Amino acid sequence: MTRVMVAMSGGVDSSVAAALSCENGDEVVGVTLKLWGGDSDSGCCSVSDVDDARRVADSLGIEHHVFNLGDDFDEHVVAPYVEAHSLGLTPNPCIECNRHIKFDRLMNRAKSLGFEKIVTGHHARIVKQKDDTFRIARAVDEAKDQSYVLYMLNQSQISSLHLPVGEMTKDQVREKADSLGFRVATKPDSQDVCFITREKGRADFLGQRIPLTPGRVVDESGSEVGRVEAIELVTVGQRRGMLLAGGKEPRYANNIDIESATVTVGTPDQLLVEQTEFRNTLWAANEINGEFLVQTSAHGKPKLANIEDNVLTWNEAHSIVASGQSLVFYEDNQVVGGAIAV
Amino acid sequence: MDIYLDHAASTPVREEVVQEMMPWLSMHPGNPSGSHRLAREARRAIDDARDHVASLVGAEPGNVIFTSGGTESDNLAIDGILGLKGGKALCSATEHPAVLEPVRESGGIVAPTDKTGRVDLESLSNLLDSFADISLISVMMANNETGVINNINTIADLISEKAPEIMIHTDAVQATSWLDIAESSKKAHLISLTGHKFGGPKGAGALVLREGVKLSPVIRGGGQERERRSGTQNVPAIVGLGEAARLMQIERPKINERVTELRDKLENGLIDKIAGTSRTLPKETPRTPGIAHLCFENIENEALLFLLENQGIYASAASSCASGAQEASHVLQAMGVDLKTAGGSIRFSLGQATTDEEIEHAVTVVPDAVDQLREFQK
Repeated sequence: MTRVMVAMSGGVDSSVAAALSCENGDEVVGVTLKLWGGDSDSGCCSVSDVDDARRVADSLGIEHHVFNLGDDFDEHVVAPYVEAHSLGLTPNPCIECNRHIKFDRLMNRAKSLGFEKIVTGHHARIVKQKDDTFRIARAVDEAKDQSYVLYMLNQSQISSLHLPVGEMTKDQVREKADSLGFRVATKPDSQDVCFITREKGRADFLGQRIPLTPGRVVDESGSEVGRVEAIELVTVGQRRGMLLAGGKEPRYANNIDIESATVTVGTPDQLLVEQTEFRNTLWAANEINGEFLVQTSAHGKPKLANIEDNVLTWNEAHSIVASGQSLVFYEDNQVVGGAIAV
Repeated sequence: MDIYLDHAASTPVREEVVQEMMPWLSMHPGNPSGSHRLAREARRAIDDARDHVASLVGAEPGNVIFTSGGTESDNLAIDGILGLKGGKALCSATEHPAVLEPVRESGGIVAPTDKTGRVDLESLSNLLDSFADISLISVMMANNETGVINNINTIADLISEKAPEIMIHTDAVQATSWLDIAESSKKAHLISLTGHKFGGPKGAGALVLREGVKLSPVIRGGGQERERRSGTQNVPAIVGLGEAARLMQIERPKINERVTELRDKLENGLIDKIAGTSRTLPKETPRTPGIAHLCFENIENEALLFLLENQGIYASAASSCASGAQEASHVLQAMGVDLKTAGGSIRFSLGQATTDEEIEHAVTVVPDAVDQLREFQK
């Protein structure tokens, strides 16, 4: 019997992951993380999500604990998110949460408490290679695949992890939850950033933490074509909200210069690049060079590129990748590594 | 073996109390506000309880207001006095949220404490000089996290010397098991207590007033409790509260002596056996016998509590928020304890039901759990 800790968010996926662990005969304890003490879409301190997780654990007859990792979350996820915006970068807080909270703090906590594995409800799979190393692979339900946000996992982490719902489609997950009578069976998928409410939004969240600077919008020739209220809120690739006057073709932000508070926009053609530089590369097992599929956002379509010395050379010109975004390298449907776009 | 060391959170209901309550749960339908015989029976039951609570606090029965518990009593004391007299409330930084929140919300003053979490008389005196519009001061008798004791009568002397018109409230919720409440709250005007901290059931508490103290009600309706707290009384729970108060008045000295011994055994045992363990409060600080508050170096209390629970030991750290997560302690923060030290602190709280065997077992089990966590850090 394996002693496993299931990270239960109160959503349907991790609830079913807990149920499957029980059916598997594991000794299961459920844990919900209290990460954010402010407003969220599920109430202060996400109380209703914790309630959902607790009630699912109750119905499975397993113990349920709440761990408060709020300070770590502030330090490793929220503060860097705010700082990235102030620098004109595009952060991915879910990836930082996985990197620092779920698969570092929580995994270490679980091991120190005598658990052999942690289980999460991520839609991804773990595949063993011929050389006995492991890789994260895309989920059976490709539309729900979350392998992108798990690229940072190393061999030790993957070997301590179990991802039972990665083998199921979302419909199957919901059916399973329904058949078990879980109150979360029809709960909507979580959207966006968990510490920013739909009602108040990103501008309000950042505006309370950093000064927001009005900026100019210029075209390639340098002539002003619009204004933005806050340069810190503009993302490379963005089209809306830049008050562009006239212009026949749609234009997109392709450069953000925080110092001069200037956004440069261009036509879709002007957004294309041949190469993308990257930093902070991590490999699932060994470093590899060569041609891979590269995904540049959580739900982006992967494109072929050649990887060499911290530079991707795209087989076909690719839309510019916002600085700060994660690049994840796939061999077929398996993650071999990832990095952060410069 | 289940070892319950969380009596400061809630105590088991005493068997004698259960016996007194049972008929009022199953047999008597009467509403104490009614006029027929069955109603009068219920009325008599709560008035007997009222006598016991009055006697415990050294007050007149007519000045005992039954409430749903400590939080309601604290809210009623603060909002009830501010509602009648206006002005500002002042409390200390280590108060229970049931006091802190209404004080803050009404624009009141939060006074700093000394390093032990007790009201600092000098700062209090300065605040009394700086603010002319204080109408209520609330100081807890014993702290719920550390058990540190404020001398309410000394504080009251200071206040009445400077501003005799100020009403003094004390939250005696954590003191009822350990201190002679009548004597210790002699100079306070309003006293809060709740049954489930001393062998009574959850859901019944009281706000006790000294003669002549008036307040405006917070819960309005049928005018029960002499127009000070409307709503049909929770008869079985109030009967239980009364019985617990009666027993406590008789048995307190004996319980104190026994629990002090057990608490010292637990503290000394753990400090001897576990390197880097210390009392959060210096040993000689005036404190209740029920709480052993210890800091374990390089330990995260959440992890330690988890392991202790697996071994059947139930304790707690600071307080829990609505999600059930452990929160950083505002009490230790007010005392100036750094976050890391506070994050390694555990409150073991003992009570009338705690046995010698339980403490012996705890002293053997806790060191193993600490070792396991420290071993992993290497």
